[in-house]
Amino acid sequence: MKAHLHHFDITREESMLLPVEFHRKTRLQHVDKAFKAEITRIVPLTDMERLYQLRILDPGERERFTFFPGQFVMVDVPGFGEVPISISSSPSSKGLVELCIRKAGLVTGVLHKAGQGARVGLRGPFGTFFPMEQMKGKNVLLIAGGLGIAPLRAPLYSIIENRPDYNTVHLLYGARDQSQMLFGYQYEQWRRVGDVKLHLIVETPDPCWTGEVGRITALLEKIRIDPDETYAIVCGPPVMFKFVCNRLSELGLPMHRMFVSLERRMHCGMGKCCRCNIGSTYTCLDGPVFDYWTVMNLKEAI
Amino acid sequence: MLFRVITKEAFRKFVNTLLSEIEIIAPRKVATDYTGRSIYHYLPVDRFEDVALDYDTTRFSAKTYFTPFKENLASYSFQNGDWTQSIRYRGVTRLILGLHACDINALLKLDKVMARGPFPSPHYIARRKNTLIIGIDHDPCAGGFCRSLGTDTVTHGFDLFLTDLGDRYFVAIDSDRGFSMLQEVENTEVTEDDRVEYSAVRRRIAKGFTTHVETHNLPNILDIEFESPVWAKWGAKCLSCGTCAMVCPTCYCYGVSQEFSMDFASARKNKQLYSCNLYDFARVAGDHNFRARTSTRLKYRYYHQHRGFVETYNEPMCVGCNRCGNACLAGISPPEVIADLHMEEKA
Ligand SMILES: Cc1cc2nc3c(=O)[nH]c(=O)nc-3n(C[C@H](O)[C@H](O)[C@H](O)COP(=O)(O)OP(=O)(O)OC[C@H]3O[C@@H](n4cnc5c(N)ncnc54)[C@H](O)[C@@H]3O)c2cc1C
Ligand code: SF4
Ligand code: SF4
Ligand code: FES
Repeated sequence: MKAHLHHFDITREESMLLPVEFHRKTRLQHVDKAFKAEITRIVPLTDMERLYQLRILDPGERERFTFFPGQFVMVDVPGFGEVPISISSSPSSKGLVELCIRKAGLVTGVLHKAGQGARVGLRGPFGTFFPMEQMKGKNVLLIAGGLGIAPLRAPLYSIIENRPDYNTVHLLYGARDQSQMLFGYQYEQWRRVGDVKLHLIVETPDPCWTGEVGRITALLEKIRIDPDETYAIVCGPPVMFKFVCNRLSELGLPMHRMFVSLERRMHCGMGKCCRCNIGSTYTCLDGPVFDYWTVMNLKEAI
Repeated sequence: MLFRVITKEAFRKFVNTLLSEIEIIAPRKVATDYTGRSIYHYLPVDRFEDVALDYDTTRFSAKTYFTPFKENLASYSFQNGDWTQSIRYRGVTRLILGLHACDINALLKLDKVMARGPFPSPHYIARRKNTLIIGIDHDPCAGGFCRSLGTDTVTHGFDLFLTDLGDRYFVAIDSDRGFSMLQEVENTEVTEDDRVEYSAVRRRIAKGFTTHVETHNLPNILDIEFESPVWAKWGAKCLSCGTCAMVCPTCYCYGVSQEFSMDFASARKNKQLYSCNLYDFARVAGDHNFRARTSTRLKYRYYHQHRGFVETYNEPMCVGCNRCGNACLAGISPPEVIADLHMEEKA
C-alpha cells in the first residue's frame, strides 16, 4: 500500500533549487537561509550606537541582494539570535549594507562586542518601503527623531543620488542633546553636495550648542510647507511621529502623503510568527512603512 | 468527489496493513478525568485496537504534527572562526487517522498562513504533503460550536473521510493516493440505501449541537467594542498562562530562539509555539510592551481569531472546537466571551 504514498522530497522541488531571493515572496524557497556577510567596518557613533558596514560574501548573493529604502533585514548572529534592523545605506551600493545598531539587549549586545571581520547572517530584505518614485517632482520632508535617522538615511541617499528628480528637500532632525546626534560628520556633505536643507534641534543643549532648542515639531514652524506639493517621511519613536504627523495634518498635508516606520517585536519577518501583528496587520509584511492614515486606523498602533 | 462504501472489517484490515508500513497517529484514550470523562490524545498507535475512533475530542489538537511545539529551523556549525548554516526538513510519511471535520478545517486555515501567500514555509509544507489524513464524522462534542462557524462539515483537505453507517463507513475520497490505497481493500459502490442512511446520519449530527455562538457582524462588533468593559472583566480572570493557544488547532504564533551546544561547536535555531496571552509576546527592547495588560492580550487573541483573520481570509480563524474553553483554568470560553460582547453591543 505504501507504494501509493509517494514520498514528497521538498528539497527537490524546482524552486527550492534556485537561489534564495526574498523579493520573490510567493516562491517556495529556503526562507531560513541566511546570506553570510562579513563586518568590513565599524564606525562608533555614540556609546550606544554603531554603524556596521557589511559585505555579503557570496558574489551571486551579493548581486541579487537589492532593496528599497525603508526595508529591513533580519540580522542573524549564530547561536545568539536574530534581530530586525532597518537598512541604513544607499540602495545603489550593491551588496554593501550599512546598519546602524543600538545596543539594546542580548543580540545587539553581542553585535557590539563583535569586531571587524566577524561574520553574521542576513535574511531579507523584508517589508514595505517609502514610495520614492511617487515623490519625484515633489518637495520632500525627511523628519527624524533620535535613532530614527538610521532608517531615514536610505531614502536620503536615494534622493541625493537622484537629486534632480526631487524639488526642495528638508531634513529635520531632533535629538535629546548634541552627543546623541548621529552622523554629524556627514551633515556638511548632505547640505552642500546633496542640496538638502538641514535643520537640527536638541531638547537639552550643552554650553557649546548654538542651534535650535526644543521639540522637533518646533522646526516645522521654521520652514514653508506647500501642502499640495509635499511628501513627508517621519521616523522616530511613536510619540514623536504622532506629534509631527498631527502638526503636519494641521498644516494641510494629507495623511496618505506622510509615511512612518513602525517597530514591533519580530521573530520571522515573513508573516508567520505573528509577533508583529497589530489586529490583522503584519508589521513585517504590510509594514514597517505605512502611510499615516493606515496607522490611524490600526488599533493599538500608537 | 468520489464516494465509496467500505465495511468496518475491511477498514480494520486496511489500517492494519498500513500499520506495518508507516507511522500512524490516531486518537488514543490515555486517562479518565475527575468527572469520569475520557481523556484522548493524538498519539502514535501500534495496533488497530488502540485507536479510539469513537472519541469525542482530544485535549490537544493535531497541529503539533504540522507545526510542532518545538521545531529546528536551522543549525550552525563553527570552525576556525567561521560558521556554516544547514537546514533540514522533516518529511517522514505518516497517517493521521480519525481527525474530525473541525480539525481538518483548522489545517486548511493553517495552510493559508503557512503554505500559501508570501513566504511559504518549506518546513510546514514538507510535513503537510507527507501526511495522509483520514477523517471521520462524529456526533457533536459537548461545548463544541463548530456549526456556528461552518466548520462542522468538510469538503477537502483530507485523503479519505469516513461517516459511520453502523456496520460500514461511507467514504469520501479527496485524493488520488487515497483512492489508490482504498482500491487495495474490498469496497463497494454507493447504493441508494447507503445514500439515504448517510443523509440520516448527517441530519442527526446537525441536530445534535447544543452550543451556539452568534457570529453575525462579529468582526465589526469586535472593532466597535474595542474599549468595552467586557475585556477588563475577562482580563481580570485570565492567568496569562497561554494554555488556550497551546491546545488550539489554529493558533500558530511562535518565538524563535537560538542555543549553543554544550561544547560550543554548533548552535541551533529553534521555533517554539507561543501565545499572545503570554506577557512578553509584544515586548520589545527598552522594556516597552505594546500589550502590557492581561486584558489587552486576551482581547487581542479574540480580535485576531474573529476579526483580523477575517480581514485577510474572509473567514474566522477559530473552528469552534472549544478546546481552549475546556482547558482554561480561569473558565474563559469563546461562547461566553462572545455572548458578553453581543450583550454589551445591545446595552
Ligand atoms: C522594522 C524594524 C527596524 C529596526 N531597525 C533598527 C535599527 O535600524 N537600529 C536599531 O538599533 N534597532 C532597530 N530595531 C530594533 C531592534 O530590532 C531591537 O533593538 C532588537 O531586536 C533588540 O534585540 P536584543 O536581542 O538586543 O534585545 P532583547 O531585549 O534581548 O530582545 C530579545 C528579543 O526580543 C526581540 N525584540 C526586542 N526588541 C525588539 C524590537 N524593538 N523590535 C523587534 N524585536 C525586538 C528580538 O527578537 C530579540 O531577539 C528595529 C526594529 C524593527 C521592528
Ligand atoms: S484565557 Fe485561560 S487558558 Fe488562555 S491565557 Fe487566559 S487563563 Fe490561560
Ligand atoms: S474554540 Fe478555542 S481552541 Fe478551538 S479553534 Fe476556537 S479559539 Fe481555537
Ligand atoms: S515578524 Fe513574524 S509575523 Fe511579522
